Amino acid sequence: MSISVQSTAVDGTSRQESGARLWAMVLHARELPLFSIGLLLLFVITGIFGDFISPHDPLRTNLRAVLLPPFWEETGTATYLLGTDHLGRDILSRLICGAGVSIEVGFSVIIVAGLLGTLVALLSGYIGGRIDAALMRLCDIVLSMPYLMVAIVLAAVLGPSKENIIIILIVLGWASYARVLRGEVLRVKEGDFIRLAVIAGASPVRIMFRHIFPNIVNTLIILATLQLGMVIITEASLSFLGLGVPVPEPAWGSMCAEGRGYIYDAWWIAFWPGVAIMLVVLSCNFLGDWLRIRLDPKFRQI
Amino acid sequence: MKRYILKRLVQAFVSLFAVTLIVFMLTQLSGDPALLMAPPDATPRDIQEMREIMGLTKPLHVQYGIFLADILSGEFGRSFKWDKPCIAIWLDRFPNTLLLAGASMVITIIIGLSFGILSAVHVGRWFDQFGKIFALMGQALPVFWLGLMLMYLFSVKLRWLPTSGMGSWEHLIMPAITLGWFFTASIARLTRSSMLDELDRDYIKMAKIKGVSRSGIILRHALKNATIPILTLGSLNFVFMLNGTVITETVFNWPGVGRLVVEAIFTRDFPLVQTTVLIGASFFIFVNLMVDVLYAYIDPRIRYQ
Amino acid sequence: MKMKPILEVKNLRTYFYTRRGVVKAVDGVSYELGEGETLGLVGESGCGKSISCFSIIRLVPAPAGVIVGGEILFGGSDLLLKSEEEMDRIRGAEISMILQDPMTSLNPLFTIGDQVAEPLQIHQKLKGEGLREKVREMLNLVRIPSPEVRMKEYPHQMSGGMRQRIVGGMVLACRPKILIADEPTTSLDVTIQAQFLRLLKEIQHTSNLSMIIVTHDFGIVAKACDRVAVMYAGKIVEMAGTVELFDNPEHPYTAALMKSLPKAGMRQNRLYAIEGQPPDLRTLDSGCSFAPRCPRAMEICRKEYPPRVEINDGHTLSCWLRKGEVLND
Repeated sequence: MSISVQSTAVDGTSRQESGARLWAMVLHARELPLFSIGLLLLFVITGIFGDFISPHDPLRTNLRAVLLPPFWEETGTATYLLGTDHLGRDILSRLICGAGVSIEVGFSVIIVAGLLGTLVALLSGYIGGRIDAALMRLCDIVLSMPYLMVAIVLAAVLGPSKENIIIILIVLGWASYARVLRGEVLRVKEGDFIRLAVIAGASPVRIMFRHIFPNIVNTLIILATLQLGMVIITEASLSFLGLGVPVPEPAWGSMCAEGRGYIYDAWWIAFWPGVAIMLVVLSCNFLGDWLRIRLDPKFRQI
Repeated sequence: MKRYILKRLVQAFVSLFAVTLIVFMLTQLSGDPALLMAPPDATPRDIQEMREIMGLTKPLHVQYGIFLADILSGEFGRSFKWDKPCIAIWLDRFPNTLLLAGASMVITIIIGLSFGILSAVHVGRWFDQFGKIFALMGQALPVFWLGLMLMYLFSVKLRWLPTSGMGSWEHLIMPAITLGWFFTASIARLTRSSMLDELDRDYIKMAKIKGVSRSGIILRHALKNATIPILTLGSLNFVFMLNGTVITETVFNWPGVGRLVVEAIFTRDFPLVQTTVLIGASFFIFVNLMVDVLYAYIDPRIRYQ
Repeated sequence: MKMKPILEVKNLRTYFYTRRGVVKAVDGVSYELGEGETLGLVGESGCGKSISCFSIIRLVPAPAGVIVGGEILFGGSDLLLKSEEEMDRIRGAEISMILQDPMTSLNPLFTIGDQVAEPLQIHQKLKGEGLREKVREMLNLVRIPSPEVRMKEYPHQMSGGMRQRIVGGMVLACRPKILIADEPTTSLDVTIQAQFLRLLKEIQHTSNLSMIIVTHDFGIVAKACDRVAVMYAGKIVEMAGTVELFDNPEHPYTAALMKSLPKAGMRQNRLYAIEGQPPDLRTLDSGCSFAPRCPRAMEICRKEYPPRVEINDGHTLSCWLRKGEVLND
């Protein structure tokens, strides 16, 4: 008995070690997408320290500086680098604080939905049987619904608020993780080291979290990276429709919506938040694709 | 095969049922419709009366039954705001959305196919790189922002196209491009990869050996084989587009069902919201079902899973 | 060897430029093909025999594969100097090719008739009834029963052997002068293999076709080829008439290949296998590429590549063993 326990431990750690080596390889690769990583870091830092960085109070209106263009245009000033909106609020400051909103929503959703999806995948894949059937049916139902439309209705009914948006996107988001990760669990489950762990008498919970989870965490990270972009775009879309983060809190989507009415006089109101969304989402997709090629065994031959 | 279809059919009905349940529960959460509908000077007794007329005093499961019966009768209840059957309002708006999605579809397929083919033919060269960037952008650009920027460029700066609304064919161009942008990118990528797959096949080598010219290889041999997955995706996209019109229609003030949902939400006209969402979701579920069945038909391996 | 050569390959070199270095798939191959002759190209997989054939019709997988040098003389001119359009006119009409796997050689979405008709439409501009007649004739030639019916059918309705015969009919439709067959029978049943080879030989006799058969099977060589070239690591190491080669295999590699053949009437419990791995074509040094696996390798083998010498009438060899003897004589 003690021998088999040992061998499990050895096998388990060797698996995890190879995972760690893989990550080391990933981080030492030459073609590291520095652009994406840099942009995402910038995004996270501005999101977290937005209040200290932003040159102005994002909510303070200044009716003497309404609709000022960016600094390089004739009437622009260096005080408001990217211009001001219809209420004279500084766009750069709103952009910086808007990053915080996107981060808060984006990361809460991918973390909670990701963990929820992982939990469902572990239960469904490892235990199987009726639990699997029931959870997967639920998954099918969630995935077969029109995502944006359901999100809109949910937002309309629950009322627009940051917390509600987070809840809605989690409710609609966990299923895609669960579906993909369940497949991974089924694959990993067949490994000899799992059988050894069972023989060694490890409890199902221990097997799921100590032995299987480390082997699907790479996939989880890839999915989460790709989802982050999706979540940020959906949040922005809802905010654009007036169903997301309520004004006056600066969210990139609602800033675009405000700019819509001023598209004739002040393109910059709608322009900057869109650029910000695009860059962040682009970085997420780029990094996600890159990680997938690096970490996914199917792509790793190169 | 039959068993598989049956299984998927049952699943689709369960999904539909779940959607009706969700929509029904949501309206319960959204507050008292009688209060919303009542004129400001209504007395509590008036409101109570209205509740009874509207069936709101009945137990929940009975209300849900009535709700389902309304759907099955095809009337989908009456709109608070317009005082008409919701389905009539929906039918009024739907052709506009169909027009928009149709135009968008045509643009998507023409641009997506040609981009995809050119990328595959020039694989690894500048055009392919450009295509890659274009596709990444397609997935990263927020639709509403793209719409606004097109509007700024073509209406405000160049004055070529009207900003918004519906009317001439010129009104159609920008919304159609906006709506189709995302799908154009995905069709281009799919065309590229399936063309590359095809161009690698033995029968393409064989065609070259026979002396078929380069254009003949690409247009006659490879494209025919590559179009199967593209058409499947295309038809699927069409329905996603019908569902994705909410934002595009809002940006361009296009009077379709997408805007109808938003209008209904802001006027708290819940029967109308329910109707549009239910119909949209049914479309979506139905097409998902069709696609699955179609794939099972094409690929025998799926049938035996 | 007194036949007039229809095709002359001189010092052909085809390299693949990959991320991990240059693969010298074909590295200085020379041979000639006589009119009506069948030449066998033999070697292990990955020795460059297929690539050398694809080089002849200029269908080396681009952009990695590049023909970097040599000459391919056909009908008095160098095929490597022709434009893409000129090559289109030669492929299928003058030089044609059969690929290894008949299951994937036919386009699943076109009818048999359409596919056999295509080269005739392209090269002979046939149309209508004349075209139909010719297609019927070709299908008859390759022994497809009831061609009238089969013409309208799709590839998935045919068996493997039938498909390979259809491919044969398709590539021979314009009566080319040269047919290159890349492992034409590898994926067929043994009985069907023999049948298909016999068919090819018959067509060859009636139409004075020259053939290059790529194979790793000496059985096929014995049955079908007049002359054999043995390839190793991108080079021809030995070339001779079939009978001569079977009687006197001189190169240790040829000898080893022959030994690894299961022989009829011989009780052999274990097939002979050549020790070691085929070399990595990216990291060849200046010596003989077979030296690391050669049981009789000498000092010089590892240092210098042996020159090609004629040791007998039409029997050429690149090996220091014989070279030494020739020098000593």
